[in-house]
Amino acid sequence: MTSTGGAGGIASPRSANPSTSINASRRFLRAILPGLSLALVLAGIAWMNPRAISYFGINLMLSLAIPVALATIAQMFVITVNDLDLSIGTFISFVACVGATWLHDNPVLGIVVLAAGVGVYALVGAVIYLRKVPSIVVTLGMLFVWQGLAILILPRPGGKAPAWLHDLMNLHPPYIPFPIVAAIIISAVVHVGVMHTSYGAILRGSGGNPIAIGRAGWSLLKTKVVMFTLAGVFGVFSGLALIGLTTSADANIGKGYTLLSVAGVILGGGEFVGGRVAPIGAVIGALTLTLAGTLLNFMRISPDWQVGAEGAILIVVLAARALINRTGK
Amino acid sequence: MAETVPNIVTLNGVEKSFGAVRALAGVDFVVGVGECVGLVGHNGAGKSTLMNILAGTLAADNGEIVIRGELQRNYSVLLAHRLGIRCVFQELSLCPNLTVAENARVLHKSIAGFGWRTRAGRLIRNQLDEIFPGHGISTDDVVGDLPLGKRQMIEVARAFTITDAPLRLVILDEPTSSLDTHRAGQLLSYVRRVIGNGASCILISHLLGEILEHSDRIVVMRDGKVVTADRAAAFTRDKLVAAMGSTAVAKARSAGARRGSTPVRVQARPRAQTDGLDLIAHEGEIVGLAGLAGHGQTELLLSIFRAATGSVFSRSRSLIRVTDPVALIAGDRQSDGVFPLWSIAENIGIRSIAALRKGVLVSPERESQFAQRWQQLIKIRTPDVHNNILSLSGGNQQKALFARALGSEAKILLMDDPMRGVDVGTKLEVYELIRSEATAGRTFLWYTTEMEELENCDQVYVFRNGRIVADLRRDDLSEERVIQSSFEEAPHP
Repeated sequence: MTSTGGAGGIASPRSANPSTSINASRRFLRAILPGLSLALVLAGIAWMNPRAISYFGINLMLSLAIPVALATIAQMFVITVNDLDLSIGTFISFVACVGATWLHDNPVLGIVVLAAGVGVYALVGAVIYLRKVPSIVVTLGMLFVWQGLAILILPRPGGKAPAWLHDLMNLHPPYIPFPIVAAIIISAVVHVGVMHTSYGAILRGSGGNPIAIGRAGWSLLKTKVVMFTLAGVFGVFSGLALIGLTTSADANIGKGYTLLSVAGVILGGGEFVGGRVAPIGAVIGALTLTLAGTLLNFMRISPDWQVGAEGAILIVVLAARALINRTGK
Repeated sequence: MAETVPNIVTLNGVEKSFGAVRALAGVDFVVGVGECVGLVGHNGAGKSTLMNILAGTLAADNGEIVIRGELQRNYSVLLAHRLGIRCVFQELSLCPNLTVAENARVLHKSIAGFGWRTRAGRLIRNQLDEIFPGHGISTDDVVGDLPLGKRQMIEVARAFTITDAPLRLVILDEPTSSLDTHRAGQLLSYVRRVIGNGASCILISHLLGEILEHSDRIVVMRDGKVVTADRAAAFTRDKLVAAMGSTAVAKARSAGARRGSTPVRVQARPRAQTDGLDLIAHEGEIVGLAGLAGHGQTELLLSIFRAATGSVFSRSRSLIRVTDPVALIAGDRQSDGVFPLWSIAENIGIRSIAALRKGVLVSPERESQFAQRWQQLIKIRTPDVHNNILSLSGGNQQKALFARALGSEAKILLMDDPMRGVDVGTKLEVYELIRSEATAGRTFLWYTTEMEELENCDQVYVFRNGRIVADLRRDDLSEERVIQSSFEEAPHP
């Protein structure tokens, strides 16, 4: 990430400002913090139950992390433009229900319905920008819309995921477990798209200082719609990945994904406002949250306490980040 | 007149209203090719509105915009950019979460595709090298991590970068407000070079010396209209001030020969200080912190603030002694000063909330009385203190921040270069206020990059590389001494 500068070797920073190096090390510390938390949780698991750290153990522990990671990325797109998507969890339920019914029985109809869902996401983005309504209000409304649709499509748990989805999610690549391959692919693709393309800079900039982006002649409507559309696309991916694992659906299957996705983004180094996001960190954050549940199970902490324990992990990581930010200021 | 080359910009009868407020009441304005036009006027005179219209970020309600002899109908930001008009806005328009190179790309649509980051980085680095040699900015720095002065250097340099569209007119709205004298000089001499090459420039500044020295023609605005326009040589400082309609006149502070006769309020040593020199401020004194921007002045003010508020994170308690409550007036009012969602009254009252209580709750009546008293005392221009703080112009927002600090019980006021972007009239009013508050026994610690403001101080400490390098009495103070101390021992490039 820091390899681009100084290509021409002009004006080597001989009189380098001391604050520059402090900034650089602070940024470095912040960047490795998500990886560090993941390593800690993994170390905890290895200590409690060494046999879990194997090809099949990791496959088992992490397979559910794929839909969580995809949902986290969807949420990250929305957070990049200073909004919050409260409806992503029920949207995933909706996608799962469509996937286990129409997509299985009538693929064309299924694809059309899912595409329409993404279209609604784009529309939500446009409404939020044009009418200047807070995203929390709009997506809170959409939460109930998606939930209702999911129940209408699949009133009772059931349905059947398309066979190709099931096969895809149960791939067994050599040496490296599938969830890890998937996590690497997802984070690499999104990282390049958001952090390294020239339009990605504009998208992040529209979260950092929308006025500046507008003054430079870019359409803020477009950035908002692009980000919400991408959120819809990754929501669809997440829902499909989920039923590929569970093979059937339920109208409440995505319950809890909204908060998990927000926590994943923040744990991964993102911030609620200001366009500061980190795709690789977000995926790592999702993995950490999933594994934290496993670790707590191994520690025989009753599920009643697990939510609280996950919250405690979040607080510890955020406190560490605040401390890093304070150094050198 | 032989009109061989059409003017780069001609505005005829431009009008603009925001609700009931008439920001521009029919402005005629011309910029010739290869000309630097200085634009002055009070805060709220309509300068920034006019420039926003010229940059295409605001649409005029009425009037004609003619660029290079062609009447523009659907004028927009993109069109302005294509026609070669660039603007450095007063409120910085960089994205703090992006790197320097990425911010350069924001302005240039043509920088895209493979290797865009390297190209954008090279573009902005070369421009920075040309305008501000020895700037010490890396193109990979995230803008939000940089101090205000460097951000302004990037913003200015970015406006001069050229890719596919030509550069014909640069609008500089308070370009030097966050730069120290050295950097401001580099910028203004670069502007003269660009003008020599046939580009034009509009320079807006509250530093009248800058305007008089660097522009070819000066336009004075008042209450949304152009009141005077003439060659720069036809103006003097007093004439300009008179045309702007300022009534207050600068008065030198009577030399305070009483240093040491009052108790010490603040004694502070910067962490990097090795020779035992302390900054000392007595009761009733105005103490200046001078030197180039970013050499430890703000850091010292902040550590004094932390020491005084007893923050557990204060790491320099042994180096700093403060006897009384303090209040801080921030320099970067957008990020550290105003609460953008609050009203003017709430913004003024927040520092004094304890005194505005009724039982356990804040009393709205007391809060608005308090705000109204201060609105009248320091003349904040607003019809209603319950309006949103952002409805005020920049200078008036700054006045509200002064009211917040002066209205509090604090005996010591820390000022972190708070007067940037404030017009002369307002400045003189605030200087007067500071002097009378000091006479009444308050102590001021004032970091400023402007010589004119140091002249209000009883004692000036010059900073370099985080240390105090000179301790000047009021009588010894001169611009040469300050500049000399700021640069001593510095290796010349």
